[in-house]
Amino acid sequence: MSASSLPGEAKPTFAAAPWRERAEEALIPPLVALLVALICGDLLILSYGQSPAAVYRLLLEGTWGNAYGFGQVLYKATTLAFTGLAVSFGLRAGLFNIGGESQLAAGGFAAALMGLALPIGTSLIFALPLCMIAAGLAGGVVGSVPAYLKTRFGAHEVIVTIMLNFIVLALLNWFIAGHLHVPETLHTPEIHAGVLPRLADIDTRFHGSAANLALIVAVLVATAVWFFLFRTRGGYDLRAVGLQPQAAEYGGISVRRVWMRALTFSGVIAGMGGINYVLGYKHYYEDGFASGAGFLGIAVALVGRNHPFGVIVAAFFFATLSQGGLAIHAFVPKQMMDVLQGVVIIAVATAVPEVRRILRGARKRSDA
Amino acid sequence: MSEREAIRMDGIDKSFGSVRANRGASLEVLPGEIHALVGENGAGKSTLMRMLGGLMKPDAGRIEVNGRDVTGWSTAEAIDGGIGIVHQHFMLVPTLSVAENLVLGCEPKTGGVVLDHKRAADDVRKLSSETGLVIEPERLISDLSVGEAQRVEILKVLFRGARILVLDEPTAVLSPPEVRELWAVLRRLRDKGDTIVLITHRLDEVVEISSTITVMRAGQTVARVKTSETTPAEIARLMVGREVSLSAGKRVQPSGRTGSQPNQGLEVRSLSVIGSRGIRVIDDVSFSVNPGEILGIAGVEGNGQTELIEALAGLRPTFAGEILIDGLEITHRSVAQRHDAGLSHIPEDRHRRGLILEYTIANNLILGVQKYFSTNGVIDRDRVKENAARAITSFDIRPPNALLAARALSGGNQQKVVVAREMGRGFSVLLASQPTRGVDVGAIEFIHQQLLNARAQGKAILLVSAELNEVLALSDRIAVMYRGKFATVMPSAEASEDVLGEYMIGTKKGTAATESMVGANKGRAS
Repeated sequence: MSASSLPGEAKPTFAAAPWRERAEEALIPPLVALLVALICGDLLILSYGQSPAAVYRLLLEGTWGNAYGFGQVLYKATTLAFTGLAVSFGLRAGLFNIGGESQLAAGGFAAALMGLALPIGTSLIFALPLCMIAAGLAGGVVGSVPAYLKTRFGAHEVIVTIMLNFIVLALLNWFIAGHLHVPETLHTPEIHAGVLPRLADIDTRFHGSAANLALIVAVLVATAVWFFLFRTRGGYDLRAVGLQPQAAEYGGISVRRVWMRALTFSGVIAGMGGINYVLGYKHYYEDGFASGAGFLGIAVALVGRNHPFGVIVAAFFFATLSQGGLAIHAFVPKQMMDVLQGVVIIAVATAVPEVRRILRGARKRSDA
Repeated sequence: MSEREAIRMDGIDKSFGSVRANRGASLEVLPGEIHALVGENGAGKSTLMRMLGGLMKPDAGRIEVNGRDVTGWSTAEAIDGGIGIVHQHFMLVPTLSVAENLVLGCEPKTGGVVLDHKRAADDVRKLSSETGLVIEPERLISDLSVGEAQRVEILKVLFRGARILVLDEPTAVLSPPEVRELWAVLRRLRDKGDTIVLITHRLDEVVEISSTITVMRAGQTVARVKTSETTPAEIARLMVGREVSLSAGKRVQPSGRTGSQPNQGLEVRSLSVIGSRGIRVIDDVSFSVNPGEILGIAGVEGNGQTELIEALAGLRPTFAGEILIDGLEITHRSVAQRHDAGLSHIPEDRHRRGLILEYTIANNLILGVQKYFSTNGVIDRDRVKENAARAITSFDIRPPNALLAARALSGGNQQKVVVAREMGRGFSVLLASQPTRGVDVGAIEFIHQQLLNARAQGKAILLVSAELNEVLALSDRIAVMYRGKFATVMPSAEASEDVLGEYMIGTKKGTAATESMVGANKGRAS
């Protein structure tokens, strides 16, 4: 420090932290969390009088070990990737979007409406973008409500998004049950256009699994989110607001405008996730399809460390746990996987510094 | 020393990361004296006192209280040991009464359960009359003035049996009558045999109240002198550490561009600003800063300087009045629009405002000007790099790695990033708020030189600093803020520490204080 009085000697460099160091920093906390979860899992399995090794082997066989299971993991990971990206996008701006459930449902509903409105036989080239726009708009509208209430009246987004989940899901239920359902069911008729090709169409070994083109869309969306966050001025502003709102304000960034956009766009991303089920799997909107995926998106975002590509990896991980629960059901209750998910989330929340920071920030803001 | 010291700290080291807050610092305080601990911001006074109070442990060194080795004790042990620290920021529960706050943690109870309000109030009254710290025990903290709240803070530590009181900048928030009351209380406590350590950087206070002075600089104890055997000038020299090289570039002749065109620079007309507590913290202030001029604002902290700068920068709404930059009215414009109008701003708090600590140096160097570094919304990384390389070289930012997070830099280098950014962009008016706070000596000179260079280039600069030396050395004119108004505006040739000091504490009110007279160009050095 004291050597700094010799000017002209400094030669500017652009040395990012060594690759290995960054990888360690990024990976070690989640891996430690995973290890803790595995140990807890062992204890649980043992308490059921089963062998952990056998159960874990079964879990792997039922998920990554065969084409169908793997396909199901991919399918489940797709929805989680969307909701996880949505949550992480909000968190990057310092906002906690707990409304993934209803944004996802609204998006799926809108995608189904668009699919029904389009003439039969519309090419996927047109149908997919149109359905995605519809889904994104619907999710964005739901997301814009807490965004508006926060920026206009200072209402806390956590409260508003949670409450809005009930309202939006109830409205959707009313629409379906009252107006749009196929008799005796709680789903819409099948869509006319926008059906996505499945992985099984390419490789028959995946037969029966629901993995579909939406997976590719999810990866593309993650890439777009990454580009926005780390390469654009909008992303620079958004992350600045999330890290230090007062410094962002000082830097001429409108914090309210960033909040408005971030929360709305978080809803757009969650809403687009609706295409996975509606266009890719069932081809209709069914009441309750989004159940749990919105909330699990929070865990996915945290474990993925709010990085778009981390989110993709975390989505696969949680999808594996979820699908694995079905595979091991014969030995231990599949709810064990829910417990394991909980343990992973808690472990990550304690181990990952930026998660601690976000939680601290959320607490501080709710105190105010 | 024949007597046994009440406090004896020796060879204290304490580091925070790469920052060495204390290095071999020492302090000896005799029982029953008022001892002033002085030094510039960041000299390590507070850190030293935190270790005395058990809030942190020294990396090395020895702490003795009344002859007992207490190195590394806990806060609870420190309280038991009779140490009472009155913090700069009050730690009181606003919704509870005075008495309830005082007994918090050691409440008298009837039947061991119910708080005995009457006894608590009686205890407080008794202590009040003993010490002269008069306050109604039933009043709510939220109803108290700042001075009263401070009395409660002092009562609180006395209530817990403190015999050694440490007061951290107690007068920063007080009005002159309140300061006089505080002095009376402190003298009374001293006469009772209590020991008092007063942390301050106000020299007039030191001379008035203390019997011994310890001076700290850059984490070290540089002198321990009897107050009767020294002068404010000598203490100032000890605090700053040299024959104030601040004056290196002082009072260069006004640059040719000064005031060449009317309406250029910064103009403020009848500005009023409402503070966080609903009070007018800036009250009908008018002034102008001309191109090629530095207007320095001196004053005890908390007299509205922060709010003034924030209002000018667009970070705090204006209640009334007008702000003009180069003749353009920007009173209600956004921060970004003010940037475009030619405003640049070195904020007083670089950690909270001036930097995004997790961002790299390169990214921090474009904060506020990011739109000039992007094409169609995409950040132009080559230009960001180029810009960083230029700033790192010309401002000698170390370590010179543009991809390092700002958090990893020392305070001085962080400030250089801020200064490089704010002075590297096109601007005509610069708000420089505490530009050298917590910055190491080498960087201070460098930053001063930058300010003088900008002045020479015809920029209008408003300088706010808690360091009188800095204001005196750099300014063409000096204004003193007192309770939200300019108490005076004078050419710096007429100013001295003594003259300014009187305005700062409000004992002297200049003609300029009659508001409207501080209008444009009044009192300018010609």
